[in-house]
Amino acid sequence: MIKRDLVIVGGGPAGMAAAISAHENGSKDILLLERDQYLGGILNQCIHTGFGLEYFKEVLTGPEYASRFIEKIKDIPNIEVSLKSFVVKLTTGKELTFLKPGCLTQVRAKAIIMATGCREKTREMVHIAGFRPAGIFSAGLAQKLINIEGLLPGKEVVIVGSGDIGLIMARRFRLEGASVKAVIEIKKTSRGLIRNVAQCIEDFDIPFYLSHKITKIYGKDRVEKVSVSRVDDAFNAILGSEFDIACDTVLISVGLIPENELLEMTRGASVPGLFVCGNSLKVYDVVDSVTKDSIEAGRVAAEYLKGL
Amino acid sequence: MSTFAKKLLIVCLDRDLTLPIYDVIIIGGGIVGTSIARELSRYKLNIAILEKEAEPAFGVSKSNSGIIHPGTQNPPSSLKGRLCVQGNILTRKIARELGVDLQETGELIVAFSEEEAGRLEAIKKNAVLLGVPGLKIVGRSWLKVNEPNLSPEAIAALYAPTAGIISPYRMVYALSENAAKNDVGIYTLTEVKQIQRPKAIFEVVTTKGMFQTKYLINAAGLFADRISQMAGIDDFKIMPRKGEEFLLDKKREHLSNHLLFPLPSATSKGILVIKTADGNPMIGPTAEDTDDNEDTATSDEGFKKVLLAARRMIPSISEADIIAYFAGLRPVAGDDFIIRHEDKVPGFINVAGIQSPGLTAAPAIALMVAGILKEQGLAFKKKLLFHGRRQKSVHLFALTFSKTSKLIKKDASYGDIVCRCEMVSAKEVKDAIRRGASTMDGIKFRTRAQAGRCHGSFCTTRIMKILAEEKNKALTAVTKKGSGSEIVKGETRS
Repeated sequence: MIKRDLVIVGGGPAGMAAAISAHENGSKDILLLERDQYLGGILNQCIHTGFGLEYFKEVLTGPEYASRFIEKIKDIPNIEVSLKSFVVKLTTGKELTFLKPGCLTQVRAKAIIMATGCREKTREMVHIAGFRPAGIFSAGLAQKLINIEGLLPGKEVVIVGSGDIGLIMARRFRLEGASVKAVIEIKKTSRGLIRNVAQCIEDFDIPFYLSHKITKIYGKDRVEKVSVSRVDDAFNAILGSEFDIACDTVLISVGLIPENELLEMTRGASVPGLFVCGNSLKVYDVVDSVTKDSIEAGRVAAEYLKGL
Repeated sequence: MSTFAKKLLIVCLDRDLTLPIYDVIIIGGGIVGTSIARELSRYKLNIAILEKEAEPAFGVSKSNSGIIHPGTQNPPSSLKGRLCVQGNILTRKIARELGVDLQETGELIVAFSEEEAGRLEAIKKNAVLLGVPGLKIVGRSWLKVNEPNLSPEAIAALYAPTAGIISPYRMVYALSENAAKNDVGIYTLTEVKQIQRPKAIFEVVTTKGMFQTKYLINAAGLFADRISQMAGIDDFKIMPRKGEEFLLDKKREHLSNHLLFPLPSATSKGILVIKTADGNPMIGPTAEDTDDNEDTATSDEGFKKVLLAARRMIPSISEADIIAYFAGLRPVAGDDFIIRHEDKVPGFINVAGIQSPGLTAAPAIALMVAGILKEQGLAFKKKLLFHGRRQKSVHLFALTFSKTSKLIKKDASYGDIVCRCEMVSAKEVKDAIRRGASTMDGIKFRTRAQAGRCHGSFCTTRIMKILAEEKNKALTAVTKKGSGSEIVKGETRS
């Protein structure tokens, strides 16, 4: 078992800001664990602009925003970064177990900051009935396929939900020459940012159905079509309003939920010195606010360590 | 070309003399087909399985609940009742030999009223006649101690200790791997189109060409009636009965200690709360007759029905616990299994209508089919060397940290986690591919990667890359479950 003052789980915007801030506030022994092969988290696949407006007063892309923190961390020898490091256990005694290629390591920390981010809600969580062929993606997976891997998930796309990632992906698909047949939102208003509705949907004349839902997905090998209905105030399909849209791809963009499976291992116990920040605490609209709050988390953790 | 050469050529085209003549061909690579193949592979026989899908288990078997039934819910005089009780014992042995985990959970058939409690005695009596061991009727206080999350409305239950769970597709993969190791030819993407029997040899025309065999076994699941028709026997029809199943988050692993059944109805065992081999509890299935044997769509009605029935059993089940759902089709052909030699077509054996408890009964079905083949004159000579065992595949999620640590030291890529929700390493994914997975679903069924709460959002790209690399093909050629189900439609412009 190795020992560290502060272990931060997650190398996305929250974990990086917390690490830098903890260091600036006096912590000298920091281990930053990231499960992916690079720091930056989901920012790496967000190649659109709009990041940093508040925090840097500049317009940056996701990777640009991330790189400002990555460069800073590189210059701080007191922050050890461990990539491809997957935490499998957290105890109330502030012991962590993580796997990485070649070893399983146990570490006991005086303080821990959990910055494990969030994940997308799935088709299963909103209960869309029908078949389960190829061609159904979370919006974030589609974004990763296009922006990181250079692969086009589909050519005729219907987007379920008007979350920001879905809206941004509508534009991204259009820029790749794909047809976006519709964005279907069950609520009466968009759940994404107003600027994304204007810039990603209206500017591209993409059909946007509010108060509608997909009632069934069809297709045995690949998605072939979806059935769509208008809904009443209780989100029930209105009889007779159903119509079909032919498509080869369905993107699910119905919101994000904090990813807290590790934290749940402490079964709600109050553990002094265990902190949470970023999207694993609550889902934020913009990354600038994540940075701001995570800086505070880093500072509080450093203060806690000083008080020991 | 001389006239003689031309004539010879015509003869050869008419019947390819270079084709091998198999002793036995089995149509269908599900639990039934692979169980038969593995049993027959003990003998000096030339055997092949023809499977129309990209991988074995992609038909009926992939949506099986995974229950190893004790045999409590079949009429005492039924064939399936007898084969179930026999198969329950045989499955344990085969699972051990092939390195497939079987958990002995036991089951409870739960009564919610005095009337239902009264019916438990009749069920017990029938099960005893079939030879089901260890049965007892338990009351409220037993249930409170041994099944604490069960609804307080439950007043009694029939306890059957020999119920268990197994991963149905991993069992099929273990059987097909082991059969292949014992020289069974497994032909996937090979759909049977026509069956002829000009002389004493069957000619099976498929999408991959012609196969010839002395004995032909129909284990084609939902398509068994069509195959039987092709062979000239048209006296049964497969009526698909759809079952929708809902999988809960692994966090709810300890929801129940036993498999929980309501009192059975005429058409099904009802909606159950069960455990699965991977730890995720499962609720379902529905039972709806359909006339489309490819209709695996789920429905809102099914969802509501299952949730309601499951909550009657365990009130704490919440909608938010559900992480996945799917529908499967039971190949129903009347009330019982059809397992028989067709005297009108000598050498043709139907193994049809194998719905529940088909997974449990499969090894007993295999023995029965071997017996029929013997009766029909096939010579059974034991091979000198039969590979009865199979190296168990590794699943990190089922291991202790100290075992995981040892494995990582032996092979670093056990520490390279690909699927965060189910804790699956790059090494496990590669192993699955080396053992035969060729599609994303094949990897999912073998390893559970992509099957957890994020549904592959985070790991799909990584698994696609490993599959493309191992198979030496383009990322654009990676499919979910075979040709036509490519994950992506091409590359981006830039």
